[in-house]
Amino acid sequence: MEPVAELQDVSRVYRMGNTEVRALDEISVAFGLGDFWSVMGSSGSGKSTLLNLLGCIDRPTSGAYLVGGRDTKELDDDNLSQLRGADIGFIFQSFNLIPQLDVLENIMVPLFYQESPPLDGEDRARSLAERVGLADRMNHRPGELSGGQQQRVAIARSLINDPSLLLADEATGNLDTQTSREILDLFREFNEEGKTILLVTHEEEIGRQAHHVLRLKDGKIDEIGQGAG
Amino acid sequence: MGSLLLHKLRSLLTTLGVLFGVSSVIAMLAIGEGASEEAQEQIRLLGSQNVIFRSVKPSEDAVSNQSTWSNNYGLTWKDFEAVRDTFPWVTRVVPVRVLMQDVRSGSNLIHPRVLATTSEYLEVTGRLVYQGRFLGVEDQRRIANVCVLGYEVARSFFPIRSAIGEKIKIGPEYFEVVGVLLPRVPIGNDVPLPGVGITSEVLIPLSTGRRWFGDMQVKIRSGSRDIEVVELHEVIAAVDLPQHVPLAAAAGRELLARRHRQADYEVVVPLELLARAEETKRIFNIVLGCIAGISLLVGGIGIMNVMLATVTERTREIGIRRALGAKKKHIMMQFLVETVVLSVGGGLVGIGVGIAIPSAVEYWADMRTIVTIDAPILAFGISVSIGLIFGLYPAWQAANMDPVEALRHE
Ligand SMILES: Nc1ncnc2c1ncn2[C@@H]1O[C@H](COP(=O)(O)OP(=O)(O)O)[C@@H](O)[C@H]1O
Ligand SMILES: [Mg+2]
Repeated sequence: MEPVAELQDVSRVYRMGNTEVRALDEISVAFGLGDFWSVMGSSGSGKSTLLNLLGCIDRPTSGAYLVGGRDTKELDDDNLSQLRGADIGFIFQSFNLIPQLDVLENIMVPLFYQESPPLDGEDRARSLAERVGLADRMNHRPGELSGGQQQRVAIARSLINDPSLLLADEATGNLDTQTSREILDLFREFNEEGKTILLVTHEEEIGRQAHHVLRLKDGKIDEIGQGAG
Repeated sequence: MGSLLLHKLRSLLTTLGVLFGVSSVIAMLAIGEGASEEAQEQIRLLGSQNVIFRSVKPSEDAVSNQSTWSNNYGLTWKDFEAVRDTFPWVTRVVPVRVLMQDVRSGSNLIHPRVLATTSEYLEVTGRLVYQGRFLGVEDQRRIANVCVLGYEVARSFFPIRSAIGEKIKIGPEYFEVVGVLLPRVPIGNDVPLPGVGITSEVLIPLSTGRRWFGDMQVKIRSGSRDIEVVELHEVIAAVDLPQHVPLAAAAGRELLARRHRQADYEVVVPLELLARAEETKRIFNIVLGCIAGISLLVGGIGIMNVMLATVTERTREIGIRRALGAKKKHIMMQFLVETVVLSVGGGLVGIGVGIAIPSAVEYWADMRTIVTIDAPILAFGISVSIGLIFGLYPAWQAANMDPVEALRHE
């Protein structure tokens, strides 16, 4: 299958004074369209760094990152922002909703940064809120929602511009087992509808649910294997 | 926008600088405008080419070593002749006497200024006849008992029918009304008689006034009688060209200084009033301009400070928005707009205060002020610019944050 995102010998090096931290070390991997991946590894193994690169909020120190066949080296800051808004959806461990906006407004935030925002944006946001089970919470602020509900808002928000790639960094890390399972089911649903999903987690039980498992160790690929899903 | 309301008190305090700056700008313009307008009006009323000599009662100290009941002071006919004959630029010289007389029509009694003067008074002062005619040379020669009424006097005595041809009583004498003048706006320097507006005047021929009322004024003050002898109350000298006014004024001052031992006269030069008004305006502009400039600078820095704090507080939000597709320019815009809202908020209140200050100045300092329509527009523009200028750096900082770092921010 044609890759949505492909890393070629990518390294990301943090320099702190005289010491260098190689958070990612010569990584090469391709993620195919419609795949469901989990990225696993112990804390500090480079999972978040990988996800930030894939999400175009960070750039590799060396190597090439290709999105939809385009080399990100040739894209400037505005192009990358545009790409993030249109083709990539982010889901974070701490939900990262904007506290002063209500559920519907939070879901609609990515619409404002599009070159030509769709006219039916609000309808789309409503139906997404219904999809993730928040039909009766549209006008609540994040502070009035449980962790699981907040993460549902974040998932709806990540889907508002209909991106092809969803990146979730420890999306279930702050949730109890039952809620984690529900969130995971949501991801599986959207994957079945064609979204490519990368799920960063350090929990074996969650990671095994994906089709493919990428294991990182000290910034290097430890193993690429099949999941249970 | 939400965060602005979140910190209402903080926002309010920061906008005070802009508020003061903007209100100073408006007050400055209003006071300056009022001063020059007033000066121009005085010029219009007193005549830009006139030099006016007035009798002034000398201060009490100077009087006390003279006889306590009879007091000679002020301009004399000799002064009048000297002014008329020694200046090359003076074209006309008009003498004026102010008589302290009651004026009646039937049972109506008022106390207007009764001016005894010549027929040239009209032209030299630029007053206009509303009905009938002004005093003529023939009235002067015949020592006729005729008078011209100020508009208010005519209105109060003859509210319905025309005053022309009616008889009124000035002191014990009857006078025939031959004309009515158009009203004029009061001038700052003129002190109206108690209970009477300045436009309340009755004019009679100089010769007639002299015949019936002589040169003596009897004033009754706190029970004791005070007799004042004043030959002329005012001498108006018209100069041929505006550029000769300062020369004539200087010559007039010198002449009177030579002829008078005490300061029992003043020289009023309308052109100098204008210069003085311009000077007042200039000083006000400098003082208020400095206040405005400092306030706006302090206000701008305050706003910048608050916005820098806001940017730090909302670092995470910036990271989220960037991850969701916001370009640098979007973040930049968001914070610039917030800064402008902040400073325009202060500016709008400042415009309100700035419009109120001139009214207060008018009330307390007795100065005319005029708020023109461009002042609030200018002030609004200034507050928008302050927001843009001082919002630029915080907004730039926000826009150039590293998204990854911003997202990790607690
Ligand atoms: N901004 C940074 N500056 C310096 N070192 C960093 C920075 N971000 C991450 N690292 C280092 O890079 C390595 C990988 O980090 P990360 O990708 O966050 O790991 P994970 O998400 O797997 O826990 C860690 O050793 C971490 O300390
Ligand atoms: Mg991590």
